[in-house]
Amino acid sequence: MKNIFKLFKKNIIGIIGLSIFMFFVLVAIFADQLAPYDPMEIQFFAEGGVKRLLSPSMGHLLGTTYMGRDIFSQMVIGTRIAVLVGVISAVCVAFIGTNIGLIAGYFGGIVERILMGIVDVMYGIPFLPFALILVSVLGPGVQNVILAIVLITWRNSSRVIRAQVLSLKNRTFIEAAKLSGASDFRILYKHIAPNVVPVSLIYVSTSMASAIMSESSISFLGLGDPMQVSWGRILFTCYQSQAMFKAPWWVLPPGIAITLLVLSGYMMGRAFEEIANPKLRER
Amino acid sequence: MRLAKYLFKRLIIVFITLFILVSIVFLMFRVIPGDPVSMFIDSGLDAESQQLMMKLYGLDKPIPEQYIIYMKNLFRGDLGNSFTYGKSVVEVISERFLNTLVLTLTSLMIAFTLGIKTGSFLAWHRNSKIDLVGTILALIVRCAPVFWTGMILLSIFAFKLEWLPLGGMTSVGQNFTGFWDKILSLDFLKHLILPAITSALYSMATPTLLMRTSMLEVIKEDYIELAYAKGIPEKKVRRRHAMRTALLPVVTIFAVQAGLAIGGSVLVETVFRWPGMGREIVLAVSSRDYPMAQGAFLFIGFATIVFNLIADVLYAYLDPRVSLG
Repeated sequence: MKNIFKLFKKNIIGIIGLSIFMFFVLVAIFADQLAPYDPMEIQFFAEGGVKRLLSPSMGHLLGTTYMGRDIFSQMVIGTRIAVLVGVISAVCVAFIGTNIGLIAGYFGGIVERILMGIVDVMYGIPFLPFALILVSVLGPGVQNVILAIVLITWRNSSRVIRAQVLSLKNRTFIEAAKLSGASDFRILYKHIAPNVVPVSLIYVSTSMASAIMSESSISFLGLGDPMQVSWGRILFTCYQSQAMFKAPWWVLPPGIAITLLVLSGYMMGRAFEEIANPKLRER
Repeated sequence: MRLAKYLFKRLIIVFITLFILVSIVFLMFRVIPGDPVSMFIDSGLDAESQQLMMKLYGLDKPIPEQYIIYMKNLFRGDLGNSFTYGKSVVEVISERFLNTLVLTLTSLMIAFTLGIKTGSFLAWHRNSKIDLVGTILALIVRCAPVFWTGMILLSIFAFKLEWLPLGGMTSVGQNFTGFWDKILSLDFLKHLILPAITSALYSMATPTLLMRTSMLEVIKEDYIELAYAKGIPEKKVRRRHAMRTALLPVVTIFAVQAGLAIGGSVLVETVFRWPGMGREIVLAVSSRDYPMAQGAFLFIGFATIVFNLIADVLYAYLDPRVSLG
């Protein structure tokens, strides 16, 4: 674990990715302090008119929406959903995927056949259409979006983790542990699991990236929670109002934020890939 | 012979996958809390017709029996009637499906043609500034949400410059004699350009980066050295010798990407109001037209599975190193 941290510190791409990610985490934590207005509150001029589609100014750093809401505040509060969905989904996905891979690889035989069969089947399910229907049937809400993401995306990591376990299984140190009478559970989690951590971390990072993209896509399609501000929802409202042609300050920020946060996930993933596969470091 | 055996094995898995997909759909719509009757029967119908529909789809029966009726209907190609269109779901979907296929395949062709060229170019200039900038650019484009890129391209090319239409697939008032007449018309092409380029930009990163890595491997091979030694000009070595070998892994992922792109078509089709399967599923879900949503989902799932199968077979056929176990 210490070793991974040391190698990560030396990886420029990884550090840049981590910095971008930490920036958004900080914004999410201090969102209430950073947002100057209530993101859903309609802003009025002193004389009573709605502040419709104002371009950026000191009072409204990123301008206002068609309904007269402050875009900067929406962006800040929206960071919460993105970070929350990203982190929770990533941890769940990597946890499930890694365990399935570990068990399939270690026990082999019928267990492996069944688990890998399930993975095969999962690849036949188109993600976004599945998520749309699930969220629409269960009702909008962050927890349902996360559920849809986790139910499908765990498939990505288990194949690779299984392959890793297969190559570790016959090493001498595992053999030694077996001979000294260690239980399967102990061998699997004490001796094999620590060795697949770097690979698992690749999937934590990339799953985070894809989860954030998925959440914003679902919100863009109008199936997000209408009571909660998210970047995808900002773009949905913007698209619906047809104001995107007139208000670049409304279209650009959410897209840039999504791109950056997703990019940070892939950058960290790439760093872990280089740690897990030393051959890549030479290039 | 081994290939035939492999194909047989894959086909069995495909059938199991299809069976499970169909069952998941059944579960999603019926077992999940909610009222399946109101989901599948148009509330606009009078009480008598509602009763009739309920009998027809067995919605008054216990779940296991409903499952059997659902399977039977599926085998007969009966996916029920769409509430919105008042037509059979299969009829609506088969038309939408073609539209999605045209858009997806066009954008993938663009993505792969450009991606292969760019990837081999970057590899040829490896470790230079162009390589670095190109690789980073490919990563960034991959991370930009496709619906956002679409909105920006729409603002620029359709709204500001007015070069291209704002959405849809054909202009109002156009009459076409048939499918080919339509998709070969100038009007259709104009509508196709923006959505095709938007999703091509998004899917371009994969072939670009893969081609780059693959080229880097090939360049190290002895036969490339030999080609140089023979005095063959650099451009020719790159085109004739290196690129051909490097193409193999890129070509094999085409089908996988096609499967993914069909599922992802939901976003591009919504932004550009392209009348395909993806947009249909969004419309169906938001208007609670569940027979339509169910049908569209099954079709997209079916397409994904077929493309995955093509990918597996192609991979096994093209690369003899793959064990066909």
